[in-house]
Amino acid sequence: MGYNMEPLSITPAEIIAGVILISLIIYSLSGGADFGAGVWNLLAAGPRAEKQNELIAKAISPIWEANHVWLILALVLLFTGFPQAYSAVSTALHIPLTIMLLGIVLRGAAFAFGHYDPNRDENQRWRRVFEISSTITPVFLGICIATIASGNLKMSGDIPAAGFFKPWLGMFQFMVGLFTLAVFSMLAAVYLTKETEDSELQNDYRVRAIGAGIAVALIGVIILSLAPDILVQSFKTPVMMITLVSGWLATLGTLLTLWHHSYGLARISAIIQVTMIVAGWGFAQYPCLVVPDITIDSAAAPDLTLKLVIAALALGAVILFPSMFWLMKIFKFNRSGY
Amino acid sequence: MAMNTITNILAARSQMSVSLAFHIVFASIGIALPAMVVTAELLWLRTKNQGYLRIARAWSRSMAVFFALGAVSGTVLSFELGLLFPGFMRHAGAIIGMPFSLEGFAFFTEAIFLGIYLYGWEKLKPWLHVCSGAIVALSGLASAVFVIMANAWMNAPLGFRFVNGEFIDIDPIKAMLSPFGLHEITHMLIAAYMSTAFAVAAIHAIMLRRNPGATVHRKAIFIALWFAVPCSLIQPLVGHYSGYQVAKYQPMKLAAMEGQFKTEEGAPLRIGGIIDMDEEKVKYAIEIPLGLSILATNSTKGIVHGLEEFPRVDWPHPIVHYSFQIMILVGAILFIAAAWILAGSLIRQASLHAFINDKLSRPAMAKFFLYALVLCGPLGFIAIETGWIVTEVGRQPWIIYNVLRTAETVTPMPGLVFTFVLLTLLYIGLALAATVIILRQLQQFAAMEKAAQNGIQHGTA
Repeated sequence: MGYNMEPLSITPAEIIAGVILISLIIYSLSGGADFGAGVWNLLAAGPRAEKQNELIAKAISPIWEANHVWLILALVLLFTGFPQAYSAVSTALHIPLTIMLLGIVLRGAAFAFGHYDPNRDENQRWRRVFEISSTITPVFLGICIATIASGNLKMSGDIPAAGFFKPWLGMFQFMVGLFTLAVFSMLAAVYLTKETEDSELQNDYRVRAIGAGIAVALIGVIILSLAPDILVQSFKTPVMMITLVSGWLATLGTLLTLWHHSYGLARISAIIQVTMIVAGWGFAQYPCLVVPDITIDSAAAPDLTLKLVIAALALGAVILFPSMFWLMKIFKFNRSGY
Repeated sequence: MAMNTITNILAARSQMSVSLAFHIVFASIGIALPAMVVTAELLWLRTKNQGYLRIARAWSRSMAVFFALGAVSGTVLSFELGLLFPGFMRHAGAIIGMPFSLEGFAFFTEAIFLGIYLYGWEKLKPWLHVCSGAIVALSGLASAVFVIMANAWMNAPLGFRFVNGEFIDIDPIKAMLSPFGLHEITHMLIAAYMSTAFAVAAIHAIMLRRNPGATVHRKAIFIALWFAVPCSLIQPLVGHYSGYQVAKYQPMKLAAMEGQFKTEEGAPLRIGGIIDMDEEKVKYAIEIPLGLSILATNSTKGIVHGLEEFPRVDWPHPIVHYSFQIMILVGAILFIAAAWILAGSLIRQASLHAFINDKLSRPAMAKFFLYALVLCGPLGFIAIETGWIVTEVGRQPWIIYNVLRTAETVTPMPGLVFTFVLLTLLYIGLALAATVIILRQLQQFAAMEKAAQNGIQHGTA
């Protein structure tokens, strides 16, 4: 499409769409890593398996509930700002969203139960539920995102044109599901290298992070080759080119820094990498909320609603960010290296 | 909206009911318990009595379990609005998204400070720790206020014009200020505090029966009653105001609640009784002459509209009447219990502390007092569930009262019965698991107290 030569103007609807994207980026970076930690709990092995699990529990206990709220925020902003998009997505993706939801419930409940049940034998059982639901949920999150972007999700009136299964069952969607799992696992492993001073434990997670990082790169290539034409067209825009190139550079950077045991740099690189991945998804389908028919403009709520929500967001941010900073300061910054 | 099958509509409504029936309990405890935990911690800081600290720490472990359940079951609801009733959210999202957005931030604050509170006992100065707990309690309260605002709007909607099936002239601020907001919010919040507090008092009454020497349970009962008594005394007043508002805005719901089939001037208040839908009357009820007119309209000559004025197909299910009667009965019992405790504390004794100690000092009285507390334990939650049935089943067949029917908004997704059964089983499982875990936590607490007592005895011997 090329450049829009009109003076740069951002509509209230675009601001809200931007905040939804930012919320999902932060959710991936925080809540996503909590799911990844569950995966590593499942795969805990070797002489330090018990130590690995303790480290994970200690790392995510104080923060996982707050991290989870980013998803709720994105959801609430979607149904307030773009009710039509929310309605279409939740109708057509009823099945994968329900599975994802069951995963979210089981993950959260099982983690809390396992942590607060005084009976140690039972803890093991809850931990298994936590691990399995942590593994399944990201796959279905990825499938939902991929379907929204794929162009398969069209509504005819109130009913999904291609039925309740066909839009989300496909190789591209499944690969994005696996990709999401790999990305979350990689993030978790990278973070965990900085959660301990035990160099053996650090190395356990370094190896895992490299493994997951390679998986991310390989599945990433597959996804790009499977991507539907409607998305590939957008790759030529300057914004997408920058995002794609910096995403791949960061992918390389994460692997190299991990190789060299530079855990602090690896964390920065992984954060950039994941930000570029999620932002890339957003830019690729812009200006659509649901490709191809529902756009930011067509689904937007009335202006008054949008402006009030923006005011609420501004007010909320004043409370949210200092609180979040304090939480991280208490539980994360006091550790070594931060 | 395309025609949907009756089974699918019923399954969607049932799934939403089950989701809310569980969430309302988890969330109520999640709102009320932090306030009680913070009170215990404050009492510890003021008196330096270690008992209060042990109470605060024990309760906060249960609070963590309920908060997690409240958070995940709340997440389910925010998805289900779209998964089950996409036609509702397509219209209502722009109108009542505002309170949900604000609730999002309240929930954020709550989750952040809960993490700080639960894991910050050793990391923070005591006053900072107490403040974090207070923020958890306040933001939980704020979350409830915002969510109930949205429900109040569904019951008494405003802030838009509905023309040719479209909502126009949307005013989200006006929509937040539904005439149902004030009573729904106060009635629900008071219910949350009194139910949780009575349940906590009951639990410690049982523990005190088993181990009469453990003074820590007296302290726990003291804190619980401090919440339960004032709430139970105010609740009937708020309830009366609620009924008044329902009579004004939802006369059909009021008629269903009271079993008022015919429109009547000087209508009686019916207590108990069985609804006969064929003969269209309430049988075997005790009738208090003019009672309903006085309560609903503040006048003996007030006209109460009967169900006969509304299309029969729209009449709410008779469960609304029975639920209402149960709620009123519970409210009356808890009011009497609270009045007895208040009168005893103010007139015969100098304080609530003295009242509790006095009752426990005589074995026969102690038995009566503790059993009474145990009996009151589950009542509050019964009132919450039945009261919620009155509000929400009584709202049917409307999803937006007198504007949009629930049946028109249900998802076209077939086979909802399956997810309904799955989710119901999941929630029953989670509730059972949570109960077992709370019981184990209590056993652990009781054992620790016992060990502490023995330690003291050995030390002095």
